[in-house]
Amino acid sequence: MRSSVIIFPGSNCDRDMDVALKKFGFKNQMVWHNDQSIPKSDLIVLPGGFSYGDYLRCGSIASKSKIIKSVIDFANSGGLVLGICNGFQILTETGLLNGILQQNKFLNFICSNVFIKVKDKQNKYFKDLKKDILELHIAHNEGNYFCSDDELKSLEDNNQIAVTYCGEDGAENEATNPNGAIKNIAGIFNKNKNVLGMMPHPERMIDKYLSGEDGSLFFKNILDNFK
Amino acid sequence: MEVTEAVAIDHGLKKEEFSKICELLKRTPNLTELAIFSAMWNEHCSYKSSRKHLKKMHTKGKQVIQGPGENAGVIDIGDDDAIVFKIESHNHPSFIEPYQGAATGVGGIMRDVFTMGARPIANLNSIHFGSPQHKKTRNLLRGVVKGIGGYGNCIGVPTIAGQTTFDESYNGNILVNAMTLGLVNKNKIFYSKAAGLDKPVIYVGSKTGRDGIHGASMASATFDDKIEEKKPTVQVGDPFTEKLLLEACLELMADNSIIAIQDMGAAGLTSSSVEMASKGNLGIELNLSEVPCREEKMTPYEIMLSESQERMLIVLEKGKEEHAKKIFDKWNLDFAVIGKTTNSKKIELIFDNKKVAEIPIDLLAENAPIYDRPWKKTKLPQKLKFDKDEFKSLRLSDCLKKILSNSNISDKKWIWDQYDHTVMGDTIQKPGGNAGVVRVHGTNKAVAASVDSSALYCFSHPLTGGKQIVCESYRNLISVGAKPIAITNCLNFGNPEKEKNMGEFVECVEGITEASKYLDFPVVSGNVSFYNETKDKGIKPTPTIGGVGLIPDYQQMLTMDFKTEGNLVYVIGKTDGHLDQSIFARELLNEKKGPPPTVNLFNEKNIGETVLDLSRKNLIVSCHDVSLGGILTAVSKMCIKGKKGIKINTLKGLTNKYEYFFGEDQARYIIEIPKDSLKKVNDILNKYSVHFDELGTVNGQSIEYKDDINLPIEELADAHKYWLKKYMDS
Repeated sequence: MRSSVIIFPGSNCDRDMDVALKKFGFKNQMVWHNDQSIPKSDLIVLPGGFSYGDYLRCGSIASKSKIIKSVIDFANSGGLVLGICNGFQILTETGLLNGILQQNKFLNFICSNVFIKVKDKQNKYFKDLKKDILELHIAHNEGNYFCSDDELKSLEDNNQIAVTYCGEDGAENEATNPNGAIKNIAGIFNKNKNVLGMMPHPERMIDKYLSGEDGSLFFKNILDNFK
Repeated sequence: MEVTEAVAIDHGLKKEEFSKICELLKRTPNLTELAIFSAMWNEHCSYKSSRKHLKKMHTKGKQVIQGPGENAGVIDIGDDDAIVFKIESHNHPSFIEPYQGAATGVGGIMRDVFTMGARPIANLNSIHFGSPQHKKTRNLLRGVVKGIGGYGNCIGVPTIAGQTTFDESYNGNILVNAMTLGLVNKNKIFYSKAAGLDKPVIYVGSKTGRDGIHGASMASATFDDKIEEKKPTVQVGDPFTEKLLLEACLELMADNSIIAIQDMGAAGLTSSSVEMASKGNLGIELNLSEVPCREEKMTPYEIMLSESQERMLIVLEKGKEEHAKKIFDKWNLDFAVIGKTTNSKKIELIFDNKKVAEIPIDLLAENAPIYDRPWKKTKLPQKLKFDKDEFKSLRLSDCLKKILSNSNISDKKWIWDQYDHTVMGDTIQKPGGNAGVVRVHGTNKAVAASVDSSALYCFSHPLTGGKQIVCESYRNLISVGAKPIAITNCLNFGNPEKEKNMGEFVECVEGITEASKYLDFPVVSGNVSFYNETKDKGIKPTPTIGGVGLIPDYQQMLTMDFKTEGNLVYVIGKTDGHLDQSIFARELLNEKKGPPPTVNLFNEKNIGETVLDLSRKNLIVSCHDVSLGGILTAVSKMCIKGKKGIKINTLKGLTNKYEYFFGEDQARYIIEIPKDSLKKVNDILNKYSVHFDELGTVNGQSIEYKDDINLPIEELADAHKYWLKKYMDS
């Protein structure tokens, strides 16, 4: 499976994503934000970081960068686009995903392990995933997902809520919500479910010496579904 | 403006220093020249009070590639890999403006590291605040933590360990010490020594503004009531630009275009240009009209003194200008040829086609004043005779809970949750352990790092305190299974013009030197921060040691959490029960006098090597050094982390349980041993002739000791985990 990771000035999880993708057998290439086109890919990843310093609003300048038109075209033609953390923020700024990511409820950056519940498996990311609850890692200051009532209803009606924050036992409540996100939302799809944005970082959980290994399941599953 | 003695004094120079300048120049300097002298001759840049003593430090060893004197120290970790590291203070600015002060402290130290060609792989910090009751403490802490996080998180370098303490002596002078480790190929290290004539001098990075003018002078003076007025001297950081600068510099460093490179830190363009020329024994000519400026009508004086962040000065190979410019254009950074190297051995400044300053380099560097300041020895305080009957009214479990929730012992999760500690995907031991550990990317090796200081011990007896922190750093590295390699230090002290403060400095340095020599744990970099004093009240002497160690195979890393029920727990090293200066004495007896625990370097080395041997042979499964709060505190942390209890044995020959459990004797570790390794462990302990106590067995969900203690782990965890969060929320 061929993948491309876009590097924006200020991206800082691009290498981690490259390492993770290659570890599980993706043929990955790095693409510079000023390039006009993206090499032939089956998956495009917008990595975490602080694109363009996150000035103005997180992800907003990146959403106007040169490369982004190709990303939007790719997504509209049904290609898989994954945005992690800052990548999720960029996807909401492009309009490919609904809603916004506000500053965390307690106004602090949070770097911590979290549990997330997979809410929908009728898609190329989570289909046949063996677990329903994954332990992943978050590291962000603006991960507090918010959208209008109409948007929320539409997300729910179309099963576009991808993952939610929960406890180890799956409980979704205020105590298991690290950043104040509406309905504990940690990640969402577009309508066609080929575009996924989520705050947790699977690429930081890919071997047992790190914070955990559940990120491996995520990447392997995308590959399995591609075959 | 005419330069007079009064103007010189306004610039922080002493009367005698001004006369010396006039004498050396054989004329009165103009204002720009005076500014350059004041920037180079202040304490922060010239080390004029400390240099005499720093010379004695132990800085050599076969593991050392570069010792003090460069942007950072460099050590060999095998296979052509080298670690570049340094710690630096940003105390004065952080007190005036905590967010920017701390942020630019982190930015500055990272630049010191990537200037040498290394990619930063880990950040650490040691931060010290006034009493929790002091009205400024909460806001300062919040601002500093946000500043450190704001900068490090954005760059994408994990913050893997740190230290936070509270003491009333920091009420008017907080300490913010930031440390960075970088990884470099040992054949591709870049230095700041200029070489060759007529080579282009390049300015890259952010534009120059009026921020930070006189920053280094501010850091060389004590504070008074008017410190608020000094806010404009605090620099403003932009981590995004630094990230671009980091990537651009590393890209340019991939080939052989750079002759010398130096970041513009304290005293900005002045000290970077003078240092490069001085090290290369050359002259340098700068055309200040070419310097990219952020503000209009900046004068040569302002350009030379600005401490705007995220700037670098490079001496480039001739003909490589276009190639280099392309890289900096790609990263959207300013690039300007602003001068050249010359054989004049002078710094010559041109502005608007006129020469505006001309000073022989040696007057600024080698001829800078050096002071042999008078100092006073601190006598070893008399050991206290505790009234042990008084102890009897104290329940062990109450004492333990009180100690675990003490501001200096309690869990600092509230802080490190705000630092990205997992970015780069190689953090295998997070903050909150004995030391932070990151893998050397793509290899089996891992590097451990720890920051430590013991101001109470250093205040009580600086010589012992100096030795003790080096040992503490050594132990923290051993406790994660790392072989200690070298240290960096940040020497935070009061006013060197006072004999007592100067004495504290001299004796702490002596202690550090003695211990680092004995342990083959040399000092490879560091900085000195004097004048941590407000309205005549100085800080307790707080030398901070940043230690770095190597784990050849990261699968052998140790953590402190208890692993398996039924495993045996030993205390390695002898416990005499030294309570003077302990947390127990302070917290429960309100007793602040007495000497710190004695440091026995032979024992430190022998016991350290024993534990390392045990870990290399995979005979132990967890390890924690015993320090502040003694055995019971250390064991509690192992229980809390591992979510497992311990049944403590009835100890034979125990004279006093309070002394045993809370004494802060040095050179001790607690280890967890699987039953089937026991014989081999005993053999090794006997081979090294190391004293050990069979403390107990990992068991259940409580700490149990006879009828004295029966505390569920959850209750211990509650006492330990929430002090800081509650404090910050209140």
